[in-house]
Amino acid sequence: MLAAILLGFLFAIFLVFAGKFFRGKLAVLSALVPGGLFAYFASFIPQISSGDIIHKTYQWVPAFGVDLSFKLDGLSLLFTLMITGIGFLVFAYTASYLKGHKYLDRFYGYLSLFMAAMLGLVLSDNLISLFVFWELTSISSFFLIGFNNTNPASRKSALTALGITGFGGFFLLAGALLLGSITGTYSISEMLSIKDTIAGSEYYILAVIFIFVAAFTKSAQFPFHFWLPGAMKAPTPVSTYLHSATMVKAGIYLLMRFTPVLGDSQFWNTTLIIVGGITMVYSAIHALFRTDLKGVLAYSTISALGILVFLIGLGTKSAFLAAAVFIIVHALYKATLFLVTGIIDHQTGTRDVTKLSGLRKIMMPVAIAGILAAISSAGIPPSVGFLGKELTYEASSHAETFTIIIVIAIVLTKILLLWAGFVAGIKPFVGKLPEAHKEVKAPDFLMWGPAIILAVLGIVFGIFPMLIESALVKPVVSSLGADASEYHLALWHGFNTVLLLSGITIAVGILLYFFLKPSVKLENRIGKLEFISPKSLTEKGTHYFSVFSAFWTNVFQNGYLRNYVTTIVLFLVVLVGYVMFGNPTVLIDYRQLSEVTAYELAVVIILIAGVFYTVFTKSRLAAVAAMGVVGLAICLIFVFYSAPDLAMTQFSIDTLTVILFVLVLYRLPKYLTLSDYKMRIRDGVLSVALGTVICLLALQVLAEPTNSEIGDFYAKNAYILAHGKNVVNVILVDFRGTDTLMEIAVLSISAIGVFGLLKLRLKSTDRSQ
Amino acid sequence: MEILLAIIIGVLYAAGIYMILRRSLVKLIIGIILLGNGANLLIFLLGRITEGAPPIIPEDSEVFLEAYADPVPQALILTAIVISFGLQSFAIILVKRAHKVVKTDDLDEMNATDEDS
Repeated sequence: MLAAILLGFLFAIFLVFAGKFFRGKLAVLSALVPGGLFAYFASFIPQISSGDIIHKTYQWVPAFGVDLSFKLDGLSLLFTLMITGIGFLVFAYTASYLKGHKYLDRFYGYLSLFMAAMLGLVLSDNLISLFVFWELTSISSFFLIGFNNTNPASRKSALTALGITGFGGFFLLAGALLLGSITGTYSISEMLSIKDTIAGSEYYILAVIFIFVAAFTKSAQFPFHFWLPGAMKAPTPVSTYLHSATMVKAGIYLLMRFTPVLGDSQFWNTTLIIVGGITMVYSAIHALFRTDLKGVLAYSTISALGILVFLIGLGTKSAFLAAAVFIIVHALYKATLFLVTGIIDHQTGTRDVTKLSGLRKIMMPVAIAGILAAISSAGIPPSVGFLGKELTYEASSHAETFTIIIVIAIVLTKILLLWAGFVAGIKPFVGKLPEAHKEVKAPDFLMWGPAIILAVLGIVFGIFPMLIESALVKPVVSSLGADASEYHLALWHGFNTVLLLSGITIAVGILLYFFLKPSVKLENRIGKLEFISPKSLTEKGTHYFSVFSAFWTNVFQNGYLRNYVTTIVLFLVVLVGYVMFGNPTVLIDYRQLSEVTAYELAVVIILIAGVFYTVFTKSRLAAVAAMGVVGLAICLIFVFYSAPDLAMTQFSIDTLTVILFVLVLYRLPKYLTLSDYKMRIRDGVLSVALGTVICLLALQVLAEPTNSEIGDFYAKNAYILAHGKNVVNVILVDFRGTDTLMEIAVLSISAIGVFGLLKLRLKSTDRSQ
Repeated sequence: MEILLAIIIGVLYAAGIYMILRRSLVKLIIGIILLGNGANLLIFLLGRITEGAPPIIPEDSEVFLEAYADPVPQALILTAIVISFGLQSFAIILVKRAHKVVKTDDLDEMNATDEDS
């Protein structure tokens, strides 16, 4: 099974090297990859439908409990079949749709990367590997959505999609880590066996929220839905693949996968019903105002995803059954409609539904596919869509609370979706063929073939529901933790409320289709509300965020050294000063202090005078000389207090520095006073404050007892272990010899730098700039 | 003497920071040197000062027989002095070089990487 998942990745890598063979006629062969995988996963159907669950575990990072552990149950199987099956058709379709495209091989590479990531996502049983695959789908979909990378709008939508889904990815990781710390495992199967621990945990709500945000961003739920219509900038095969069966269903998958673990609580169910309900109604209404075929499809997709979230939220057995069927229904008709739209766009060059009609005269097979898909989407018998709609109504009418509102919402959504399906699947093909499209050519088989296969399946499954009943639908329901063995899918359930609702839906929907035509006027009307949509609010938010961060950065990273130093010093003075004022007693034991002799006092006075002269002199040479005096005075202090080595080093280094300074500064311009009086006062106050704080700090430390253990160790062992009598020398060249070696290295680097700077000869052009 | 040393350290720190806050590059380097001296003295003082007892073992003995100055701060300061020389020499040469190329000693005229500013 690992090989099956990795196949997509391997194929993508293979395309990097052998891509040029797949740009031409051989392109269609790449469909063999998803095709083969489809056959492989289909071979598990008998085993899964008999109730088996297949586990495969490969160790990855066992120390952290992260395994590549895969689980194939009813839920995973349904998704793998959709991913590989629709993948197969999309791969084949692409060969014709993007025929002759310069980067066709690259496109296949992204597609198979994405397919492999999706497979890994729906098969992972380990939350961490699920997260990794989840992020991989976000990243590979970024490349797919932004495939037309010369188009700025396309790049922007790709970024939006990545931003939103990546944002959700963070929450998934947080949720995974939280669940991992509650349960002590990352395995979803193991979590299932201790779900009471999770439900009883104080972090339960938080974990659910994390999972929800992840699922809602991926599955484009309100208010995170706006990346999906934007993603329509992608080539149509991408839209087909991502939005009918894979990417956006990943969030649905996540919710279904966690239903047995986290579900069955008031919070879980209510939130899903509300979010799903708002999403399905909101975006179904939005679909009415679109004239772009893909725009209509995008909003109807969001609406369908809302229905699924809503059904998962209902949480009853019949709701799960309805969700399982509706996933299949939606994948079939939505993929068909996208493919049909792609064909229309490819052949006529427009997707504006107000300009399209009568195309049946040119592309009959496409028209058949579109009309069948529209029927399935509308839920007209005998399509499988009818089954899905009946089950949805059945589940909704048995909702525990607010039944009336829920039923009205779902019926309204279904009516609007019927309209959207008819507009996308029927409207372009009926009526008169406009003059402008008289010359349109018929598409080839690779394009209409996949569409008609999916459309016909949508009808076949409706007439013969037993084909999917025990193979696909029931195992999904049992994966969700419910037993559906007594249900039977059938077109006819007798006269009841549900049938009445179906009748109303179809009648009202068809009436709506005849009375409300998509038009630019409507589209403009909704455009006026654009400024309060989540999309523009988010865009404004990110805009102001970047304005704010630019402001913030400019305040702190202003390019003036003195401002940085001022900030640091001010912070230090305020913080340390605050602590010291809270505890102002400095205890000084005068008996322990050493006496001050006359010559010491003289040195101290010279030193301080030297410092003041260095700071206040107007001559640079005098400043350097005074600095040398300060160094020599310090040298004398070292001599007085038993540090002959330091005195020698300080003496030589101080002399060298002064000489170097004088040599170099000889030619610099006059020592200018660049700052004004006020600035100097301000800096002076700050410096004196720092000096005072450091001085008090030193006195405070002196009052504390000292620990000379390390010094004693070196003193005791200097001769015995290292055979040297000068302890400081022994420490430097023996005990800490490696450190000294490093120091020599640093000095050498500095010397090379100095040498390089001295020898550097810039060209005259460089210098003049 | 400890109190006097603490005051010296305070003066060196104050002078060092004041010089670092100037706009002239030469003053900046002088400031760094003063600050470095202050830091060295601070370490020296906090290691406790001892008069007339360098950490050198007498000729005729293998270990110390009398009190001695703590060798660890001294080793640290010695390293610090040498390293700061590396820094200073590099900085001084860099100032010279920079002056030759951009013809200024003013930090504020050097804070942009763009050539046109």
